[in-house]
Amino acid sequence: MRKFVSNTASRKLGLLRHLAAASHSRFLSSTPVLDLLSSMPSANPPAAPPLSLDTINPKVLKCEYAVRGEIVTLAQRLQQELLAKPGSHPFDEILYCNIGNPQSLSQLPITFFREVLALCDHPAILDKSETQGLFSADAIERAWQILDQIPGRATGAYSHSQGIKGLRDTIAAGIEARDGFPADPNDIFLTDGASPAVHMMMQLLIRSEKDGILCPIPQYPLYSASIALHGGTLVPYYLDEATGWGLEVSELKKQLDAAKSNGITVRALVVINPGNPTGQVLAEENQRGIVEFCKKEGLVLLADEVYQENVYVPEKTFHSFKKISRSMGYGEKDISLVSFQSVSKGYHGECGKRGGYMEVTGFSPDVMEQIYKVASVNLCSNISGQILASLVMSPPKVGDESYESYCAEKDGILSSLARRAKALEDAFDNLEGVSCNKAEGAMYLFPRIHLPQKAIKAAEALKTAPDAFYCHRLLNATGIVVVPGSGFGQVPGTWHFRCTILPQEDKIPAIVSRLTDFHKGFMDEFRD
Amino acid sequence: MFPKALDYESLNENVKKAQYAVRGELYLRASELQKEGKKIIFTNVGNPHALGQKPLTFPRQVVALCQAPFLLDDPNVGLLFPADAIARAKHYLTLNTGGLGAYSDSRGIPGIRKEVAEFIEKRDGYPSDPELIFLTDGASKGVMQILNIIIRGEGDGVLVPVPQYPLYSAAISLFGGSLVPYFLEETANWGLDINNLRHSVAEARSKGITVRAMVIINPGNPTGQCLSVANLREILKFCYQENLALLGDEVYQQNIYQDERPFISAKKVLMDMGPPISKELHLVSFHTVSKGYWGECGQRGGYFEMTNIPPKTVDEIYKVASISLSPNVPAQIFMGMMVNPPKPGDISYDHFVRESKGIIESLRRRARIMTDGFNSCRNVVCNFTEGAMYSFPQIRLPPRAIEAAKRAGKVPDVLYCLKLLEATGISTVPGSGFGQKEGVFHLRTTILPAEEDMPGIMASFKKFNDEFMEQYEDYRGYSRM
Repeated sequence: MRKFVSNTASRKLGLLRHLAAASHSRFLSSTPVLDLLSSMPSANPPAAPPLSLDTINPKVLKCEYAVRGEIVTLAQRLQQELLAKPGSHPFDEILYCNIGNPQSLSQLPITFFREVLALCDHPAILDKSETQGLFSADAIERAWQILDQIPGRATGAYSHSQGIKGLRDTIAAGIEARDGFPADPNDIFLTDGASPAVHMMMQLLIRSEKDGILCPIPQYPLYSASIALHGGTLVPYYLDEATGWGLEVSELKKQLDAAKSNGITVRALVVINPGNPTGQVLAEENQRGIVEFCKKEGLVLLADEVYQENVYVPEKTFHSFKKISRSMGYGEKDISLVSFQSVSKGYHGECGKRGGYMEVTGFSPDVMEQIYKVASVNLCSNISGQILASLVMSPPKVGDESYESYCAEKDGILSSLARRAKALEDAFDNLEGVSCNKAEGAMYLFPRIHLPQKAIKAAEALKTAPDAFYCHRLLNATGIVVVPGSGFGQVPGTWHFRCTILPQEDKIPAIVSRLTDFHKGFMDEFRD
Repeated sequence: MFPKALDYESLNENVKKAQYAVRGELYLRASELQKEGKKIIFTNVGNPHALGQKPLTFPRQVVALCQAPFLLDDPNVGLLFPADAIARAKHYLTLNTGGLGAYSDSRGIPGIRKEVAEFIEKRDGYPSDPELIFLTDGASKGVMQILNIIIRGEGDGVLVPVPQYPLYSAAISLFGGSLVPYFLEETANWGLDINNLRHSVAEARSKGITVRAMVIINPGNPTGQCLSVANLREILKFCYQENLALLGDEVYQQNIYQDERPFISAKKVLMDMGPPISKELHLVSFHTVSKGYWGECGQRGGYFEMTNIPPKTVDEIYKVASISLSPNVPAQIFMGMMVNPPKPGDISYDHFVRESKGIIESLRRRARIMTDGFNSCRNVVCNFTEGAMYSFPQIRLPPRAIEAAKRAGKVPDVLYCLKLLEATGISTVPGSGFGQKEGVFHLRTTILPAEEDMPGIMASFKKFNDEFMEQYEDYRGYSRM
């Protein structure tokens, strides 16, 4: 009885809160809320709704993801306005430089990959003679090969929860060809993009807020968001802007020790190589230091290597952490390592396909069983994405019919990316009060803006972060969408923004000039 | 010795606690036997194409063209693809800048969400807002997203039917919540008794659990029952009175095998009930391209529609969706075509209808064949599969069989299913994977094996079962409800 009464009471309180929180304007001049309540039909008044902001999972409220955050919502609004009223803004189009989404900015897919995928989507045409006229012979052959690895050639069936075995064999062979060290298909988990694989690892690693994960600052905010969602603690380690975003093991040690003294058990180290948003490609020696550190401190090394094909400087080469570990003589018993790869980046840029994998080594069989179990709850990743991941790790070879056109497409894209990286880097560097590290790899530039005090004050007055203030102004003046540095993390008191190098090459000059004009105007307005 | 960085002891407890039998012990054993060369009939998961069901032609043509847009420029494309498939592919390519290879809107392509909204409106007779429809990489991801929003900790309970599809129990475990079971009545055709519900909620509350939401699976999995309008009204009223969100798993809405209770969506019943409940009850409805007569499991395409969810909560759900950037684009296109298939007059219409009808009518026949087949077996009682894709016969295990299982350290239905697998190659999922009343045993199989293989499969099962019962029966009696 008492429980029932207190339930009703709390429901009424809940209703009060709910009504108060809802459109104030309805109640301001009318009947006070309490009177309203007593005049309502009594039977079972609705209480605080089950999915209201104050009753949902607070971890969800806590997490942030700036890449598709506020600035993008604003940009979409402006885009609608432009459609409805052309000429309503000082620019003709919105240029989305906020997200690593190459094909949305007119980068073309690799023809061979798409041929194979189309044939796997519609195998019924493989037997037809007309198909030979529409598709290259090696694409047809590869499609047959792949279909033969799928039971019943059924691309519409759920596969093994780690992904189709034959495709994992191909990927393992690709990893071995890349690194010179063997890979086991049973260590590979194909996922709907690399992001779900990252979430899986966070889920396994994080038991409570006492578990910490070392993350680079600046970082790709999937990590901060995932850690928040899983209730863990992000332990930041700062990349050194002055030395091209260098990663110092001494910094890792310092942050690890500080976390420990705060009662945090640090479980893993995230390294993004090539870096996002920072673009640096780690030197081998640096990587060896990181491997030693993880081994010594008993940390899982989470190696985000999705940009492994995006290296633009001749003096640097991508080396996988697996290769580095194995070449140091460290095997399964020495280091726990998870390597993430994706079909979304590189030269293939197939973001919409959601294809990727993690290679998981250095864990006991009972842990691997648990990883498999978590993967199995979702049954499997999308088959087309699985096929694409295998193609990315095993593209056309010398002698294949499509090899030359494949190379031309790939080199064309990569060399263009390198040129655009340089052009934008130079442009940013030439702006007053802006310094920009080179993009050695990945798809982004992360210039630092030294904002004048007047600008910082103006931002504070609007209750916005200074870098967000700058980015909003930039968007409103030029239609260019970039992401404020606060979305990635930065040394307090420094301001950055992340801009992709992805707009089409012929648009770059116009972007540079609009940006330069805007920046000059901004500095004129706010210069101290 | 492996490195200690992440060992079994230091794994997240919630992960260790979670179970998912559909790909658990039986499946792993079946895969082992398959590797050894034994012929296995996988009836453990609703995976139609794996058992020979062919994909519908039209959607595969359209998606293939979207994959390879350069085909559209080839003068010979018409030799391989009909004009309406070509037109539809061209249309879909305009809906997402960059085609299949670009991240779409994190909620899914607006033009396709509009198609989904139109489908829902046509189905239910009430307007549907595309802004409240989110496409997901399969319905399972959508379910996980919503449960993650709801569950704050183990003090939060979610009502789940028993037996249930173990995605729910696994997800609740993973998110650290509490599963509050409500039992379906096997003797009443797996009907839902509102008193069971009240009892479950009261019991949970007495343990200090805040019950937050209720899951219904309609048509049911593994049980197949189709809820009546009266049942749905009762459930909606109950959720409203108890301040619960309702999660309506409606992924099998195309799989209906009787005419007394056609599918009716929870949203339609809710709207029919009028205000205040129709404007206040929090409802999330799930659908997929994996089931129905499409069976496109491997695409991972699904959606959820939110009804009466506060805008700020919708924003949070959107935020979480944006972290994963976007659902896969090819599956979004499959979804568009599922809700907006070829129409009368379209070139592909006749063929599409023939293929679809063929599948649905065959499923209806197989539902009957299987139910009757199980009912002809000794100590086996099986409710008719009114909908979905499964048969969930009750196996009345003799006491000596239960004892043998205990000695082997196995749950009794697991032992039965393992022996069934070894004797016949039929790979099922033990009822314990779905939940059942204490001392009552079941197994779940699908109705998906090819129609021509059905008689052989049922004969094989009958032979095994009747021999098993012969072996273990004595006249002390046997397990029953």
